[in-house]
Parts: sequence; structure tokens; C-alpha cells
Amino acid sequence: MNQALALIVVVPMVGAAVAALLPAGRGPWLLATAISWYMLAAAAMLAGQAMDLGMLSYAMGGWEPPYGVEYRLDPANALLALLIAGLAAVVLPFAGPSLANEVPIEKSPWLYAALLLFLAGQMGIAVSGDAFNIFVFLEISSLATYTLIALGRNRRALTASFSYLIMGTVGATFFLIGVGLLYAMTGTLNMADLAARIPEVASSRTVHTAYAFIVVGVCLKLALFPLHLWLPNAYTYAPSAVTALLAATATKVAIYLLIRFIWTVFGIDFSINEMPTVQLLVPLAIVGLLSTSVVAIGQDKIKRMLAYSSVAQIGYMVLGIGMATELGLTAALLHLFNHALMKGALFMALGCIAYRLGTSKLDAFRGLGRRMPWTMAAFVAGGLSLIGVPLTVGFISKWYLVLAAIELGWWPVVAVIIVGSLLAIVYIWRVVEVAYLQRADDESRCEAPLSLLVPTWILVLTNFWFGIDTRLTIGMAERAAALLAGAGP
Amino acid sequence: MSFFAHYNYHIAIILAMIGFYTMISRTNLVKKIIGLNVFQVSVFILFISIGVLEGGTVPILREGYELYSNPLPHVLILTAIVVGVAMTALALALAIRIHEAYGTVEEDEIHAQDDEPGAQ
Repeated sequence: MNQALALIVVVPMVGAAVAALLPAGRGPWLLATAISWYMLAAAAMLAGQAMDLGMLSYAMGGWEPPYGVEYRLDPANALLALLIAGLAAVVLPFAGPSLANEVPIEKSPWLYAALLLFLAGQMGIAVSGDAFNIFVFLEISSLATYTLIALGRNRRALTASFSYLIMGTVGATFFLIGVGLLYAMTGTLNMADLAARIPEVASSRTVHTAYAFIVVGVCLKLALFPLHLWLPNAYTYAPSAVTALLAATATKVAIYLLIRFIWTVFGIDFSINEMPTVQLLVPLAIVGLLSTSVVAIGQDKIKRMLAYSSVAQIGYMVLGIGMATELGLTAALLHLFNHALMKGALFMALGCIAYRLGTSKLDAFRGLGRRMPWTMAAFVAGGLSLIGVPLTVGFISKWYLVLAAIELGWWPVVAVIIVGSLLAIVYIWRVVEVAYLQRADDESRCEAPLSLLVPTWILVLTNFWFGIDTRLTIGMAERAAALLAGAGP
Repeated sequence: MSFFAHYNYHIAIILAMIGFYTMISRTNLVKKIIGLNVFQVSVFILFISIGVLEGGTVPILREGYELYSNPLPHVLILTAIVVGVAMTALALALAIRIHEAYGTVEEDEIHAQDDEPGAQ
């Protein structure tokens, strides 16, 4: 039995309680950073073992699965666990100076308690193999998220948090209804056990209803168009470091849940043949990625522009899932990982700008290419990755998505992917033009401090690293897709 | 199977729709929270109904009884109730903060204040 599989969730959860008791100041931040590094080390070790052994399992409290709660790690969620822990380990060092600037210092114990609870919840969803346990972790991380968003300086952060709370709770409750109906039909909550028992009752209307509730509930959480309305405001008004962490991990975890339920729990045969999964997901993904890209072009607040771009990128991932082929799934998993890297880097660059200028309005970007050269270079590099320029991670995942579409002979979808990238060029170029080609009234240099620049650039460089050396990401994504598609390792 | 044989499921559905409708149609934030609560309670009833067995007794092992209700859904719902309480507390706290910042908890008045020229 592997204790690290339980500790990776328990340590941040206990850490949250400890952080809340620490005196205000740098203490809670240092504790949270240390825990995020521990999580990264543990996730890397566990991912290595999961790749070697194929599957790790931990029985909570010594109760044998399927009776007790089982934590289970295979290549699919190992990739996700690595992503959550990795991004947390990069964003938390950044969060210290950035949040100290945006949130009153006396709130720091509770702030980092909420951040750690958020991480515990996300990691819990990633490693848990129990459907009800996932609901509880979903709510733990969501409640922490609502609190973190409400800490934004603008009073609109409060209304953004409130509407996210309403929609997020509806999503989680839908998920709970689905889990309850599945339990009524199969008498189990363990996901591997559910997968074994659902085929016997697959033709029942209760299972169909359960599928509908779970898919819609999870799609609310992952902000699939047209259920994305909570996302732009939530990302825009949350503190910068919180936005970076949310954009990089929160929706990705929900995407993983969607993949897990469609492919493993219900089984892809059921999802495609009994339910209109492809007919539902593919059109919504296409309409979503085109329309939100267009909306992104018209935004004056760059943070909001990137938020709309996030909804568009989620469209790519759902498109990969909707293709319902192994290659499509590989592309979705790759984009899940890669998008976290690029959006994390972009929102952190915006955090650097907010640190100096206190805004992310387009007007404020005038002349920033000269005033904050390193920050703007990071923004441009992240933007190139978002567009999908070769040598960046964005290119790799879009390449796989195009390959998956060609494999199916879906030529119009290939065109949609390319148009989406062209639209990304337009909205990134707007920023680049203002920053480099327009002159500012005040030309003084105001580069962000190193404590912010270094984490930002680490993430930017990973964008290029995984864009050139793709063995780790593609290897894991292919293994995961093969496992989920049932071919086995 | 008559309509009334599964009346608890029907009540769950009716409650869910009442809660859902309240949440969508009301502009008052507190009423939205109440709607959300009613919606969640309907799911609790659904879960508890699943555990009931006709003729079953409380799940305590004792001689003379063969049939027991399933206790697991009840335990799950205890957890879900706790989650629901935390959610309600947070939502009400947000409503108080919104009232402090805007002086109202009516959604349309909040939007009107946000749309005013000069509002940041």
C-alpha cells in the first residue's frame, strides 16, 4: 500500500488548518509553498510508479474496495496529479508577493488556508476512485474557490463569486443526482466497480438519466459553452495569482472527470451508442470555440480576454473528447496539460503587470514592451504557445487534434481548428501592437520584481521545453488514452 | 404501479423544480439561496428514498429481523447536508458583503450600479 497516495491529499488539508492558525504575515505563504513542493515531489514519485506498475491503489482506513473509499492512480490521473501539483508549485511562490499586493495582509492566514483547501480538493478529485468522494472533493475545492474569487479588490468580485457559487452548486448537485441514480441501480460507488456493473443495467432509463445528469453537471463545472457564463467574471475579478491557479487547474480537473465518466465508468460503447454524446459535445465545442474567440477579440480588459480564450480552449479539449477515438482522447489529454502551462504563464504575466500598474486594461499596455520588457516577452511567448506556433506546447496539442480529425475524415473540423488559431492570433496581436508599437506618455521602466518574474519565466520555459521534448507528455497521454480506451498498457 | 407507490420520488422531483424555478426566476440573492437550498433538499430526499426497503427495519443487527434498510445513503446524505450547510453559510456571507458594497441584494439594481458610467 502506498501511503503517499493518501498523503498527497491529507497534507494540504491539514496544512490548511495549520495555515489558518498561523499569525498574519509571510508564515502562511511559506507553509503553503512548502506543501505545494511536497505535493509536486509526491506526484512525480507516484506518477513514475503508476507508469511502471500500471495502477496504484490505496484503501482508505484499511477497508477493502469496493466497500471502502479507494484512491486509485493510473496513467490518466497521474498526468492530472502531476499537472495540479506542478502548477501549484510554480504559482505559489509567485502568489506570495502578488497576493500581498492585492489582498490585505491580515487576511493571509485564511487566504492560504483557502488556497490549500482548493489544492486538497483538486488533488482529491484527481486521485479518488470513489464517485461520492469525488462529489465531496468537488465541493471542497469549489467552496475554497468562491472564497478566493471574492477576495478580489473590485466589488464585482463579490457578484462574480456569487453567480459562480449558484452555478457551481447546481453543477455539483446534478453530479450528486447522477451518482445517486447510479447507486440505486448498481449498489456501488467505487468507479471501477461501477464500470463493471453498469453494462448489466445499461438499457435502463435510470442509467440514461444518471448519465445525462453527470455529463451536464460536469460540463457546468468545466464551463463548456453555453454553460460558461460564470467563468469570464470569475477569472477577471479574482486576484491575479488565484486566476492563474484557477485557469490552469480548476477546469482541467472537470475535463478529467468528464473523460473518466464517459470512457471508464459508463464505457465508451454506452456513451456513443446509447447516448448522443458525440452529437452533443462536438457541435457545442465548435460553436463555443469560435464564438468565444470572437468575443475575446472585442474585450478591453486583457484578463477578461484571456478568460474568454480559456472557454475557447476548453472547446478544443471537449472536441477531442467528442471525437470518441483514441487519438482524439490523446489530443484532449495533451491539450489539457499544455493549456494549463500556457494559460498559467499568460495569467502570471498579467499578474506582473497588475503588480506594477494595478490594471489589465488595454490602454495601460501602451509602451509596455519597453517599460516591462521581460514581462511582455513572457506574455508574447505565452501568446505564441496559445496560438500554436511550432516549438511550443500549443502546436503539439493542436497538431494531435488535427491528426485526430483527419483520421475521422472530419475536414470541416480541421478548418475550425485552424480558424480558431487565426482568431487567437488576432486577439494576441491586439495586445502586442499596443505594447510594442504605441508610445506611452510615461516611458520610465517599471519591470516587475524578480520574485514574480522567475516563476513566470519558469512556466514560459516549460512551454518551450514540452514543445520540443515531448516524450513525457505525449508518452503519458498516449498511455492514458490507450488505458481509457480499453486497449490496456 | 400506481402514481402514489413512489410518492417520495415525485415529491423529490416537485421540490427540485420548485427550487430550480425559484433560483432562475428570482432576482433577490437571498431568495436565490433559498431556492438552491430547496433544490439540494430534494436530492437528499431522493437519496434517502433509495435506501428504504419495503418491510425493512432500522439497520441494527437483532434476532428476529431479516430485512434491513440500507444505511449507506443516509450516511452519504449526512455528508451532503454538511456540504450544503457550508455552501449556504458562504452564500449568505457573500450576500452580506454584496449588501455592504452595493447597498442592495436585488440583482437588477446591482447590474444597474455596475453599468453606470464611471463605475469601475
